[in-house]
Amino acid sequence: MECGNYKTNYSKDMHLFRIPRVKLRIFIIVLLLFLLPLFTSNYVIGLATLCAIASIGAIGLNILTGFTGQISVGVGAFLAIGGYTSAILTSILGWSFWISLPLAGLVTAIVGGIFGIPSLRLKGLYLAIATLAAQFIVLWAIGRFSGLTGGGEGMVLQRPSIGSFTFSSQTSYYYLCLVILLLVTIYTLNLFRAKTGRAFLAVHHRDVAAQIMGIHLLKYKVVAFALSSFIVGIGGALLAHYTMIVTVELYSIDVSIQYLAMILVGGLGSVFGSILGAIFITLLPVALGYMIEFLTVYMPNAYSLLNSFQEFVFGLVIILFLIFEPGGLIHIWNNIKTYLRLWPFSY
Amino acid sequence: MGFLLQMIITGVVVGSIYALVALGFVLIYRASGALNLANGEFVLIGSYICLTLVAVYQIPFIFAFLLTLVFNVLLGMIVERVVLRPLINAPTISVIMATIGLSSLLAGFAHMIWGYQTQSYPPVFPSTPIRMGEIIISPVYLWSFIIVIIMLILFGLLFKYSKLGLAMRAVADDQMAASSVGISVKNVYLITWGFASLVAAVGGVLLGNINGVDATMATIGLTVLPVVILGGLDSILGAIVAGFLVGIIQNLTAGYLEPILGGGLKEVIPFIIVTLILMIKPHGLFGKGGIERV
Repeated sequence: MECGNYKTNYSKDMHLFRIPRVKLRIFIIVLLLFLLPLFTSNYVIGLATLCAIASIGAIGLNILTGFTGQISVGVGAFLAIGGYTSAILTSILGWSFWISLPLAGLVTAIVGGIFGIPSLRLKGLYLAIATLAAQFIVLWAIGRFSGLTGGGEGMVLQRPSIGSFTFSSQTSYYYLCLVILLLVTIYTLNLFRAKTGRAFLAVHHRDVAAQIMGIHLLKYKVVAFALSSFIVGIGGALLAHYTMIVTVELYSIDVSIQYLAMILVGGLGSVFGSILGAIFITLLPVALGYMIEFLTVYMPNAYSLLNSFQEFVFGLVIILFLIFEPGGLIHIWNNIKTYLRLWPFSY
Repeated sequence: MGFLLQMIITGVVVGSIYALVALGFVLIYRASGALNLANGEFVLIGSYICLTLVAVYQIPFIFAFLLTLVFNVLLGMIVERVVLRPLINAPTISVIMATIGLSSLLAGFAHMIWGYQTQSYPPVFPSTPIRMGEIIISPVYLWSFIIVIIMLILFGLLFKYSKLGLAMRAVADDQMAASSVGISVKNVYLITWGFASLVAAVGGVLLGNINGVDATMATIGLTVLPVVILGGLDSILGAIVAGFLVGIIQNLTAGYLEPILGGGLKEVIPFIIVTLILMIKPHGLFGKGGIERV
């Protein structure tokens, strides 16, 4: 029982791990994630890498949309900026991945900050449409400057390397993504214990009231856009070096919607929720693929339905979550935890 | 000169369909403050239903058209009842995501049944082009234009003079006050979604007659967003004016700017316009700005 955990001052209440036991639990989960390549095939590791990259992007989006309450439908474009920046720096200029990765984040942050300026006047629906417009304009611009970006053919990237070691195998790239995901997670968790993050939350709840309390709205909204875009840009660069190709089609509006679905299904305003949601939405089409494969025994033409079936279920999942569990997966998880903690004497 | 006029006239015709689809957005926004991002899919499904009735079941076009309208009204009402009703008073992002999810669901449904191939309507309108001096107009365009204008006038009259229209305006104005004078807000929502879906179906059938039906038709839902913003989300007149404006600007861009700046600009120009409008006049040309209280 956890009835002995008294907090006697505020700083204790703000600890990252408020209960010592949680530290052990998180450590075990992280350890298992690091040991994953020992038990599984390359295919599973590939999926896990995609989940990790999606988690980074989802955390980035959640900072903006879930925590600060500024709806962005343009994540796809920001992923594209991250990916293309890294592609241009490494493939054309020949710079090292380790310099281009933070620069990709920085460039995305600058563009994100610029698109964040209108957020001072625009709210809710209007902001969503402004970011949607940003998505189309950025992608058009990328396709247009074909001298730099390869136009419709896209660009080819290399896997990063240190000295003579190249992250070319699935496992090594998985470790790279996992470490960056860990850093991003710890950073974001700490962000919301500090002043900036608290200001974001205040802006989310009521921006007019936040302004009255002395929070500089323009500054914090632009910072939220920039921070979120930085992380999304890092995710975009990692994704680009993983798939080793960038084309405009990879970053369509559907990608933006997928990322929105991740934070919605996972839980708005929750870091662990973003990770859960990213895993869920990344694995959903894979699971449906297996289901269709199973169905081909009875319906030989089931494969032709795969794409539309995935689309259908994706929409259905979003709607069901919105209606029945608006708190997302993290809420379900917390409910289970509360139930188990006092089980079998639930009151 | 002939080229310019031709471009403008094509723009007007395309713009009239934009105005019609935008009307669907505005109806729903006025009644419930939600933006229906699944509008494009209503257009798509309406178009497919009518096509199937005409091509597979050999029903005369006019009856097929009427049946499609009935079906789409039902579809709109079911969607409101099942998906949107539980989300009344939910935050904006939930409503946006619900309609996005809906669009994915409906699109998946349509692709499962009708596939991705472009299908064309059997010729309904005469195909010999009409010549007016230098300008050539295909009869499909002319008919579309006429039908759209009739629809817009009908809806204008409905809003202005009928009891139902009055109730819809009352709900749009103030839900609480409307329900206190005995208007069923829920029923008004239901009927609004039915109407919006009906309007979308008309747009879908007309577009299908012009270009044929395929999966990409649903993108009109996104193309029309700038129209709605330009006109003001809550203004029917704005939707109509902006519809024509965007249609004309798009075609002029295709005619004059694309040869200089490269392809694809036609699809992007509405979004560039919308960004500018949002920066300068966020509530559009005819929209009402709100006052925010803490």
